[in-house]
Amino acid sequence: MQNSRKQKLMIVLFILFGSAVTVGLVLYAFNQGLNVFFTPTEIVDGKASTGQNIRIGGMVKQGSLVKDGLKGAHIEFVTTDFNEEIPVAFTGVLPDLFREGQGVVADGYIDADGVFQATSILAKHDENYMSSEVKAALEAGAKKQTKAAVNL
Amino acid sequence: MWQWFYKLGSPKYFYDMTSGLLPWLYTITFFLLIVGVVWGLMFAPPDYQMGDNYRIIYIHVPAASLALGAYAMMAAMAAMHLIWKIKMADIVAKVIAPVGGMFCAVALFTGSFWGKPTWGTYWIWDARITSTLILLFIYMGVAALRNAYDSTSAGAKAAAVLTLVGVVNLPIIRYSVDWWNTLHQSASNLSLRAVGANPPEIWIPAFFMGFALLGLFLIAIILRARNEILVREKRTLWVQDLLQNEIEQSREPSHHA
Repeated sequence: MQNSRKQKLMIVLFILFGSAVTVGLVLYAFNQGLNVFFTPTEIVDGKASTGQNIRIGGMVKQGSLVKDGLKGAHIEFVTTDFNEEIPVAFTGVLPDLFREGQGVVADGYIDADGVFQATSILAKHDENYMSSEVKAALEAGAKKQTKAAVNL
Repeated sequence: MWQWFYKLGSPKYFYDMTSGLLPWLYTITFFLLIVGVVWGLMFAPPDYQMGDNYRIIYIHVPAASLALGAYAMMAAMAAMHLIWKIKMADIVAKVIAPVGGMFCAVALFTGSFWGKPTWGTYWIWDARITSTLILLFIYMGVAALRNAYDSTSAGAKAAAVLTLVGVVNLPIIRYSVDWWNTLHQSASNLSLRAVGANPPEIWIPAFFMGFALLGLFLIAIILRARNEILVREKRTLWVQDLLQNEIEQSREPSHHA
């Protein structure tokens, strides 16, 4: 390669390297700030400040959702990351995908009792798409298996 | 291989070669689009949670992948132009910017309209979505910076440097869902033998759509590059001959009348 071309190649590589290092350091400095939500574990570890508006993200714990008996559109449930758990209270409209065992991201604050008072609720769906027929068949299969296990 | 590569660097060769290539590209793209749309919208099974809502992936995912791929291609062209001063590389880099930006906008809009019924919001400032919005701004910035110069070569150099700086955003977009907590899902695992999650009958139509959109992308940049060639080479003999022929052909019917 000609000398001038070699030089230009070095400049191009320098631009790529330089911008990668700069942005890498900026992202490293931001780190926590770039997460759109805190996990229950991070909240228990005190990484999020109480009383301040934050977002919490986790799974809606199976069997934790309480709707009936509460007033109007008020619901209560527990978010979990399978390590720590935070109770959540919310009054309002839920997204269609909200249900037990599904991901959830809630806006709000932690009150004095340690309950997350949500002002809005978003559903987080995972990367698994499944046809409704297959899902129904899988669930029927699982039921059969548990039945068989009970009979034993 | 190298000879073909050098030949492609000549605007005249690119123009002649694409004249023959375009009809094929139109046909293949049309076929892929029909198969992808019909298969994706009519025959792929509904998702167990989202029902038919999820079908927006057949445009959302290919558009987003192309927005990233187009940027990588634009950056490669920018580097080739900076290092080897290949004219054709700059022409291709120039025409990619608005087309890639368009695919990026499509990915953002379809994602937004998908977000409302599934997540419950049109927009959230999570790492994946924000970095993709930045990609759109970089695309627009590259195009605007080039046009800010009166001299073609100065604009080309400035746009090329900005394009290279923007490359750092690509891995950030790709890995944003792994590095940070996001509302956006992480990448789906695709396997031909999957039966439960992500079975082939759901993701294969997305591949057809991906290649169809790639075809649309190539058609758009080839047509734009051909226009740009005619403008930049307007003083050369071959372009003048070509235009002369076109004019004569368009006049012909009136002679017979």
